[in-house]
Amino acid sequence: MLDAPAHPGRTRTDTARPLVQVRDLKMYFPIYSGVLRRRSGDVKAVDGVSFDILSGETLGLVGESGCGKSTVGRALLRLYDPTAGSVTIDGEDIATLSPGALRRKRPTMQMVFQDPQASLNPRMPLSDLIGEPLIEHTDWNAERRLARIYELMDAVGLNRRFANRFPYEFSGGQRQRIGIARALALNPKFIVCDEPIAALDVSIQAQVVNLLEDLQDRFGLTYLFISHDLSMVRHIADRVAVMYLGRIAELSPRDALYSRPLHPYAEALLSAVPEPDPNVAATRTRIILKGDVPSPANPPKGCNFNTRCPRAFDRCRVEKPDLVEVEPGRLVACHLYSPDTRHAGSTGSPEAAIQARPEHFQQGAPK
Amino acid sequence: MPDGGQSVLDVRDLVTVFRTRGGEVHAVNSVSFHLQNGELLGVVGESGSGKSVTMMSLIGLLPSPPADVRGGEVWLGGRDILKISADALRDLRGAKVGFVFQDPMTSLNPVFTVGAQIMEPLIRHMGLSKAQARVRAAELLELVGISDAKNRLSAYPHQFSGGMRQRVMIAIALACDPDVLIADEPTTALDVTIQAQILELVKDLRAKLGMAIIWITHDLGVIAGIADRVMVMYAGQVVEQAPVKELFANPQHPYTRALLKTIPAISGPRQDRLQVIEGQPPILAARPSACSFRARCPHAFDRCHAENPVRRAVDANPVGRGHDVACHWSAGHFDA
Repeated sequence: MLDAPAHPGRTRTDTARPLVQVRDLKMYFPIYSGVLRRRSGDVKAVDGVSFDILSGETLGLVGESGCGKSTVGRALLRLYDPTAGSVTIDGEDIATLSPGALRRKRPTMQMVFQDPQASLNPRMPLSDLIGEPLIEHTDWNAERRLARIYELMDAVGLNRRFANRFPYEFSGGQRQRIGIARALALNPKFIVCDEPIAALDVSIQAQVVNLLEDLQDRFGLTYLFISHDLSMVRHIADRVAVMYLGRIAELSPRDALYSRPLHPYAEALLSAVPEPDPNVAATRTRIILKGDVPSPANPPKGCNFNTRCPRAFDRCRVEKPDLVEVEPGRLVACHLYSPDTRHAGSTGSPEAAIQARPEHFQQGAPK
Repeated sequence: MPDGGQSVLDVRDLVTVFRTRGGEVHAVNSVSFHLQNGELLGVVGESGSGKSVTMMSLIGLLPSPPADVRGGEVWLGGRDILKISADALRDLRGAKVGFVFQDPMTSLNPVFTVGAQIMEPLIRHMGLSKAQARVRAAELLELVGISDAKNRLSAYPHQFSGGMRQRVMIAIALACDPDVLIADEPTTALDVTIQAQILELVKDLRAKLGMAIIWITHDLGVIAGIADRVMVMYAGQVVEQAPVKELFANPQHPYTRALLKTIPAISGPRQDRLQVIEGQPPILAARPSACSFRARCPHAFDRCHAENPVRRAVDANPVGRGHDVACHWSAGHFDA
């Protein structure tokens, strides 16, 4: 499979079949307090998130630190046991699989971690690091494994001569390539990239992002790309979900979101990104949000953004908005876009809204 | 703000070397720059380019050993501060030069209240009594946009969010009304919406107080928004220096050009593929004898391998006062 052409064009989403379906995913972390360590509350890191990722596309997941984006990525691969909700990857519900079945499922879904320094065992040489998943999940002999290790090193642009070196001998960018090679070892379909470039220098970031795009084209991978770097997400993602305090504020095709964000938070977030051009920077109007993100242990009543929203009105302080389609392919959780008539008395979950019109997600495919 | 203003800080040929077990690392190689009254100088470079080490060595913040400031002059207030005693330097730090560090989580002392930490330089440098310092500390907190300042003085750092802690750091740095404020990646650890708040605050404070600022960052977007003049560093050297608009419109050094092209834009047309700078930045074990960027440079020719380029003026102004570049290659028109 490694001899596939490097650039068969950007036809990622020719099959608009969802590979990953997330429905009302909740991930609460308990807080224990007092002498008896009684459970006194929950940190609602992810509080009812639903989305689809189509086969072959890249879904960008953006938000500020603490909004729950990494938790979503980890819960998707069941590195955490979700509190509620379902995660269907390629037809199987990850959230309820038995440990044995989950282990057999692991090769199809992999993760690239943020910190390549911390995620590689410093005592293992490169060939062992990349070969470890093969030992765990295949019964191949050493020779066959080594052939595959070399193949993977070629694919991510690591020199074969490096096979016996240890992680400390590599730079940050090269370490991230090792992390990517490990994730690719078992031919996964779906990879969660959790801030894969956040720890790298700008000149190295572009190298890694280009590599991820090349690999996607060659092997038909599906990515969930978690990042706080909005301009990089604009480059790599096909659709983008903006998270705030454990919920999705807006999920839109990339170009639509960046040219005309609908949710007030998405708008403020995009306007806060500094533009590397002094002439544009001087003329651009910025929306400066007041204050900080509230604690996810005690989210505000109503819309979770109402404490900082410049356009909040009475209804926002009492009723949580659902994530609904307001334009073809664009889902927004905001009362500004839901006419009262359409939503009178509705207290349904986002799941209900989505299941009422399942075609929402199908329309999200760009191009 | 070229010309006109007077230099508050003048650094000439600063050289800093780290002695490690594996040999010497030449982190700062003949860096010269000046800072004018009320000016904001942006310093851009990747990690390891020597931007933080330059600023820390000029006010003696690096532990020695391993660091060794081997040469150069740093003129501040009519004195070469590399030659003054440790005590005199201590009087200077916090009083004449304020420093804001990258990580507000680790640069505040967790066991002292925020108020005590703001009052410390006021008592030490300005000779204020505790009561006076407390009043002034509350004013400073208000200045940096923290409401209910009087009561917040008795709070501990852990009770503050990241953005608020960075505001406290700025308040401490500004406490004694310094001539120069050095901000080392002050917004890198913050979220974009909080970064926008801090940038707004700094613009506001500059208008009110008019101190000169050195702003170290790797984010060209931040620089574009706030700097008057930009200095690009690579491998411990200044490779290009220009007023901000000139630098972004007419970059001369191949590294600056590549850096500007490698960042994806948040608006405008989207590239199908990102431009990359191949390879890694070098680690210098000796004084550079050839161009440090040559291995990654698309325009490198024979001379680049033989001779380290010196800074030359691109426009009519002398080096350091207008637009200058350290490169043998003559760049043409830049097409972003």
